[in-house]
Amino acid sequence: MKNQSVEVNFIMQGMRQRRRRWLFVTTLLVILAVVLSSAMLLLGNTIYPVHIVVRTLLGEEISGANFAVNTIRLPRMLAGVFAGFAFGVGGYVFQTMLRNPLANPNILGITSGSSVAAVFCITVLHTSNSTISIAAVIGGLATVIVMYLLARGGTFSIGRIIIIGIAIQAMLDAVISFLLLKSAQQDIAGAIRWLGGSLNGSKMSELPPLIIVVLLFTPIIIIFGKQLGILELGEQMASSLGVSTDRLRIILIVSSVFMIAIATATTGPIAFVSFLAGPIANRLVGVSSSNILPAGLVGVNLVLIADLIGQFAFEYRFPVGVITGLLGAPYLIYLLIRMNRKGEL
Amino acid sequence: MGNTHSFRADKLFSGYDNKTIIQGIDLEIPKNKISVIIGANGCGKSTLLKTIAKLIKPSEGDVTLDGKAINKYPPKQLARILGVLPQSPVVPEGITVADLVGRGRFPHQSLFSGWSKKDYEAVEEAMDFMNITEFANLDIDELSGGQRQRVWIAMALAQQTDILLLDEPTTFLDITYQVEILDLLTSLNEKYGTTIVMVLHDINLSARYADYIFALHKGELVAEGKPSDIITSDLVKSIFDLNCVVIQDPISDTPLVIPKGRYHVKS
Repeated sequence: MKNQSVEVNFIMQGMRQRRRRWLFVTTLLVILAVVLSSAMLLLGNTIYPVHIVVRTLLGEEISGANFAVNTIRLPRMLAGVFAGFAFGVGGYVFQTMLRNPLANPNILGITSGSSVAAVFCITVLHTSNSTISIAAVIGGLATVIVMYLLARGGTFSIGRIIIIGIAIQAMLDAVISFLLLKSAQQDIAGAIRWLGGSLNGSKMSELPPLIIVVLLFTPIIIIFGKQLGILELGEQMASSLGVSTDRLRIILIVSSVFMIAIATATTGPIAFVSFLAGPIANRLVGVSSSNILPAGLVGVNLVLIADLIGQFAFEYRFPVGVITGLLGAPYLIYLLIRMNRKGEL
Repeated sequence: MGNTHSFRADKLFSGYDNKTIIQGIDLEIPKNKISVIIGANGCGKSTLLKTIAKLIKPSEGDVTLDGKAINKYPPKQLARILGVLPQSPVVPEGITVADLVGRGRFPHQSLFSGWSKKDYEAVEEAMDFMNITEFANLDIDELSGGQRQRVWIAMALAQQTDILLLDEPTTFLDITYQVEILDLLTSLNEKYGTTIVMVLHDINLSARYADYIFALHKGELVAEGKPSDIITSDLVKSIFDLNCVVIQDPISDTPLVIPKGRYHVKS
């Protein structure tokens, strides 16, 4: 006779241990994000002490510090936090849903869809920032819809979605180049700066759409996180466990495209964050439960670290997208080599 | 133990895209029994299983559970009665055995609920039943094919359904593991009265382990019944186009098909 209760404990202990690890790592990621956000407020041309920064944030008028902290650094930090979170969550959802680390909004052309719309607004229509946001969301969603329609066959195929996504991305990038070639000299600088992904010049007034969308869609995605974990077991397994797979995919895609498109509209496409955040979170936390929150937090930390490096590590200031690009490109190459060796490509 | 669900298909037509494979099948799954669907490659046995499992929508006809069409059930409610193990489920990278088995509890959990004592007990019971408790905290990638298949079946057991459908649960396994899996499914059927329906390739193992056989040929049900009643050399000839001799299995007294090819036939 085996001892039943000992076995229950053995299984439960392992499961609880993995849950504790999740909680522990997630807490650490929150702490790191708080530290980095504070650094974003404290550091700059002038380094202000903590009490000065706190007082300016509370609304006290301190000459110099007030402008630097409230007008320059705070919006820059908030844009980094919320855009990083949106990229992290959106990337994780796509990678998990399509069960492929390559399947992220960058490579699938969703970011490019948003970018085409935004560049068109900047260089041709000369519209306001809020119009750019709306256009970016529409561009992102339209790209997904086209991709979904083209990839539609008898059954849902992940491979087909990814290949069509890559083709769409190439096409949209060509459209961006065309728009840039055709546009007036004075618009190009703005468009290029935006395309590189930058927190420079973030304004408080541009942030509300991003913040609202992140606060609205994150809970939705987290609620459906458990079902996303079931979808990972394959289409048939998921539907036999009682998941309405088509409906779930639509909810998750719409929610994450909204987050990614708004973030893209606000900061520009910060390269590779949506690509890196999910795998890093999975590596740190393990894959026992849904890693939506950790992936978002990794996204925040990546953007903030990259921006701090870009601002202070070199003589010349680099926009955040350049640094994340430098971090992400080697990982993409590593992933391609690994997938090629395993015969997954 | 046992369940009283009536599970049947009426005038079922189904297939992929525009190709109809199942050509009007009526069947009733025997309660608390092990049924096996047999037939040649491409005869539609997997398609039939997938259709009654609600993985494929029938183009005509109905699959009903307790008199109600299965597509009329809320998905989670159906998943608490009818469990399905598809042929090639996907293993998420890096997941542990216990966590994977635990996902079988999904239909019993609500949107917000955490893990209840009942959930842990179901996972423990399923893992104990399939003899995989010792692997609980290992990565699935570390297991052999046979062990892995036991994990998937444990997941389906954790789902605690009265009916379990399995699509070729023994394919790609060594003969030892094939017998092991079929033994485990038989004890499951004996212990809980679970109604089991599966597709198997091996006609002799089917004849030994099945209480009831559905024989398919070109999308039609050509014979059904107890193995000893229906498995004859004529049936094998008609559905597999194979000459054979049927003898009695010395171990189980069930029919044993001995194929006759062009060579190695003593004169």
